Amino acid sequence: MSTVTTKPARGIGIRRKTTKAKVPNAVWGLIGIVVFLGIWELLPALGIVKPEYLPPASEVLVALAKDFTLTAFWLAVGETMLAWFIGLLVAVLLALVLGLVIGMSSFLRRATNSTIEFLRPIPSVALIPLAVLLFGTKIESSLMLIIYACFWQVLIQVLYGVADVDNVAMQTARSYGFSPFQRIRDVIFPTMLPYLMTGIRLGAAVALILAITAELIIGSPGLGKEIQLAQSGGAIAGMYALIVATGLLGVLINVGMRLVEKRILSWHVSVRGEIIA
Amino acid sequence: MKTLTSLLYILALPVLLILWWILATAGGASFFVPTPADLVKTFIDTWIGERMFTDVLPSIRRLLIGVVGAIILGVLLGLLVGLNRTARAITEPVFEFFRALPPPVLIPVLMLLVGINDGMKVAVIISGAIWPVLLNTIEGVRAIDPVQNETSRSYGISGFARIRYQILPSAMPTIMAGIRQCLSVGLILMVISEMFASSSGLGFAIVQFQRSFAVPEMWSGIVVLGLIGVIMSFIFQWIERRVLRWYNGLKEVENAV
Repeated sequence: MSTVTTKPARGIGIRRKTTKAKVPNAVWGLIGIVVFLGIWELLPALGIVKPEYLPPASEVLVALAKDFTLTAFWLAVGETMLAWFIGLLVAVLLALVLGLVIGMSSFLRRATNSTIEFLRPIPSVALIPLAVLLFGTKIESSLMLIIYACFWQVLIQVLYGVADVDNVAMQTARSYGFSPFQRIRDVIFPTMLPYLMTGIRLGAAVALILAITAELIIGSPGLGKEIQLAQSGGAIAGMYALIVATGLLGVLINVGMRLVEKRILSWHVSVRGEIIA
Repeated sequence: MKTLTSLLYILALPVLLILWWILATAGGASFFVPTPADLVKTFIDTWIGERMFTDVLPSIRRLLIGVVGAIILGVLLGLLVGLNRTARAITEPVFEFFRALPPPVLIPVLMLLVGINDGMKVAVIISGAIWPVLLNTIEGVRAIDPVQNETSRSYGISGFARIRYQILPSAMPTIMAGIRQCLSVGLILMVISEMFASSSGLGFAIVQFQRSFAVPEMWSGIVVLGLIGVIMSFIFQWIERRVLRWYNGLKEVENAV
């Protein structure tokens, strides 16, 4: 009911505001970025922060531009992204299979609940020493942390998704003699997909954080290791440039995952809804 | 009877897993995995006593200061920015960048700017954990039902009263989701800021154990971190249930209809 009553008011609100706001949001956003870079440029220039510790934005951006022309930089990006991708993929597959098995049986759901709730909040970085002991500075160390952290994100979402399946639809499928495989493919999967996509999106962000963390702390190859090397080598502008690069990588992953989600769920009400309403 | 079966459901799998662990290590512990008895003994020897005060409690104190600081700053800034359309548009790209920036890369930066001390670790926790709270507060304030806003305006509710009784409650479910993320990010940052540059604290102690191949001690440290994570999550869930009681009730009613 409430959506019906709110609609006219919302319409009026928007109309009034659009006539008032002449500057589009993108322009404001650009102004925001320029102001941010301006403050960054001024802080060391005015001597508020020592330039040795925080080089001005212009210097960092030049270093970043130089990085973009170096093969070594792209190799490091590639290594980070490889760990990110493999880790995320393995975590999603594991969580999907286990989530389906557990979610489809109410017995298993109840029996595993306490264990899952207990294991989930354990911070993945607690495993760093174990990873070092087992794998040293190889990519497996990063993978172990990434898989552990992403697995729970995706598993929880899959469990929610399977629990959300409409009972009537499930019973209908059963009385029409759907095989278990057909039930998974045609009834459970479509209901679960939005949840799964949320899990993957969250997992993708977490995977990048852990990939960089592992590289930074353990020293497995990738951008994080380069940051650590730049820092210990005193190449401060270079270090800031790499940090900005990891941030840009994070933005790219976020935007990319949101696009993929929209694409895959284009049939779903949550994405389609605005057009109908 | 009912409580008995639910207790059985809660305990059965953990007990099975521990039994399996006991059996698997019974034929002599491997180098990497200690036996449960060993682990319990090492845990008590290592953590109950002096280390509690030199490593565990200081770490937890830094974590608490950092997380509380991040929540307070995040909500205040989020209200300021979220209530103003232009401020939202100006800050959005910059905030999105900082949200996407993996927080651990801030450690080398803050090591330079603040130096290696307690303040640096708290600063790392705040600067990494603030983003989920800040962005969720902005989003929560933005998504408030316009009818609610207009009702407040026509009743002349404004200023502090409006924030306290209308804005904060309506944004609370979103803010709480941000705080949940903030807690886990905070814990991660506490550990790795100590692993990266420190001479005390949980993260430092665990890495020390690993470097000297004191494997059971290292595992006991992992258990301590796990326990902190689990306890924090339980405390958070308890608070969330209390704070959002009205909201959960409301959703139940909506779903029932």
